Amino acid sequence: MRVSKAMVKCLEAEQVKVVFGYPGAAICPFYDALYESDIRHILVRHEANAGHAANGYARITGRPGVCIATSGPGATNLITAIATAYADSIPLVVITGQVNNDQIGSDAFQEADITGASEPFVKHSYLIKDKDELPKAFKEAFYIAGTGRPGPVLIDVPMDVQMQEIDFNYPKTVDIRSYKPTTKGNMLQIKRVIKALNEAKKPLICIGGGVFSSDAVNEITELSKVMQIPVVTTMMGISAFSADNELFYGMIGMHGKRIANKAVELCDVIFLVGARVGDRAIGNPDAVKKTTKVIHIDIDPAEIGKNLGVDIPLVGDAKLVLRKMLELANKKTHTDWLNELNSLKSEETVKPVKQGTVNPRKFINDLSDKMPKNTTVVADVGQNQIWSATSYKIRDGRFLTSGGMGTMGYSVPAAIGAKLADENHPVIAICGDGAFQMSFMELATAVQHNVDIKIVVMKNNFLGMVREVQTNVYKNHLTAVSLDGSPDFITLAKAYGIPAMRVDSEETAQKAIDKLASHKGCYLVECVVDDFESTLQL
Amino acid sequence: MKYTISVLVENHAGALSRISGLFSRRGFNIESLAVGITDDPAVSRVTIIVDGDEYIVEQVEKQLNKLIDVIKVKTLTKDEKLERELILIKLRVPAEKRSEIMTIADITGAKVIDISLTTMTILLADTYAHICRLEEITKPYDVLEVVRTGTIAIQKGQDVMSLKK
Repeated sequence: MRVSKAMVKCLEAEQVKVVFGYPGAAICPFYDALYESDIRHILVRHEANAGHAANGYARITGRPGVCIATSGPGATNLITAIATAYADSIPLVVITGQVNNDQIGSDAFQEADITGASEPFVKHSYLIKDKDELPKAFKEAFYIAGTGRPGPVLIDVPMDVQMQEIDFNYPKTVDIRSYKPTTKGNMLQIKRVIKALNEAKKPLICIGGGVFSSDAVNEITELSKVMQIPVVTTMMGISAFSADNELFYGMIGMHGKRIANKAVELCDVIFLVGARVGDRAIGNPDAVKKTTKVIHIDIDPAEIGKNLGVDIPLVGDAKLVLRKMLELANKKTHTDWLNELNSLKSEETVKPVKQGTVNPRKFINDLSDKMPKNTTVVADVGQNQIWSATSYKIRDGRFLTSGGMGTMGYSVPAAIGAKLADENHPVIAICGDGAFQMSFMELATAVQHNVDIKIVVMKNNFLGMVREVQTNVYKNHLTAVSLDGSPDFITLAKAYGIPAMRVDSEETAQKAIDKLASHKGCYLVECVVDDFESTLQL
Repeated sequence: MKYTISVLVENHAGALSRISGLFSRRGFNIESLAVGITDDPAVSRVTIIVDGDEYIVEQVEKQLNKLIDVIKVKTLTKDEKLERELILIKLRVPAEKRSEIMTIADITGAKVIDISLTTMTILLADTYAHICRLEEITKPYDVLEVVRTGTIAIQKGQDVMSLKK
């Protein structure tokens, strides 16, 4: 069998249904083989967005997302998407074409050392110089990407290798002697965790993105309920715990809810579950009292004790560990502690806004009340991300964002991927006018492939987050943050055949929300936001 | 403080680049890095001398372990390790000074491995401290070139770092 056909067979063997990519000369043999396959190929308009779409797809399916690009610039364009997936531990299998074996190292046309260039951002990578190594590399790539702490794996295949013949056998099993993630937690440690939680007067659970990686949403919800432990999340952990649950106190961190940060400060035991608490979550390790006992479950031993000193480390898969814990956990009550937290709750006041603009928090909050409960919200990066993270009440859906890398332009392509992962659920991208202009070319992708996504553009004519920093830290010296020259987004959407409306009043806001909740097909809403609206008023 | 870390790694293309890249990208300071294949040609052994504290070394160990090609990582403690490094020093030596260099070689346990009309090259395989002392002693002479391998290390006595366990 031709190697190119074997590549497609490998994908089929891995049950891959949808791939995202952009062809070019060095990957043409693979695309030729794809011609005969039932795998659905989504042509994006920029390679980075193939990576982000595969990222959104992976996060909803729980399986590695696949993206494809050609050699040279195609491959290097993918690097930001690879780094984005790496920072958020999202499983991707990235396939790139490479120049012919005998041209490697000669600076041939469209040659780039992509295994070298992507090295800091991949969990692992392969350069297939020997055709017979290909099936094993694919098998290992899917295994490595999707197990342990998930992440992107890149496979670089020279064009001449793609055209060679092999005896194709897809391996049934994987055995990598140097890669054996610890999934079952140590029983002794598990008992110590239970004991610490039992003895705690003010326990707190902090959920991170790892809860999604290990599919432990139900387990953590159950444990919190049985032991009556309040819950906060990092940005990556948002939507792992229902906003309607009375034990939920919101997102922690630099832009988090005051009450959530207060809970971190006041608790006597903090139980981190798949949360590495990076600098935006707990900026200063002193935010946690020295007397507070820190418990940390993580599948990646390197994260335990990295950002926050730990008292009880527990390496393992959150789901397996929590299941064991549930067998041992006793019913508890923490009435005083919960009362103390609840007394700190304050009603958020809705600040009146300038005529002709809307309050973005109120808009997002109202939107979350009207959208179906299982909606996936994809927030971009910047002010819109903070407004979405803190104001959209996720009940049963998912919240996706580029939490670690903070990659602008993530939302629209990731929303396309998320929708294709489950076409029966609504997906909405919320972005700013800055980020939208980094990836609005993907509106064409959505139209071409009939992907029904909703888009909200928060338009304040500025790179709002940087503008806010300049206002607060740099004496309001507004440098290179004005977005003058932007197109009329309503006209732009219509140019793609996408209906759209502008929101500049309470009345139009409600109309737009109804449209977003009920319209069949893509729909774009532009929210006019005050130029100087801030994120810091929680 | 300096730590000695031994790493067993699959002898794959790119494996060494992943290891050395990890040090620069995570901001770890490498004093030396030495690599060669083992009795199993599929496996290489890397010996890394790292400057840092306990937290850094723990992070280095954990991050190395995350690399898929890395099979085993062990920090060798002071009491359990034997370390050696090899140095080659080429000196410009006029004929009348040759005996001085021979004496230095004799006392330090170094060997003269090459001689020409105007130069001598000496070799010493010894501990880091002894190597440094030889370098120090030869400094007053006209040193043309110094080449060092970096330290390699092994455990004392019956302890081995093996894949079979």
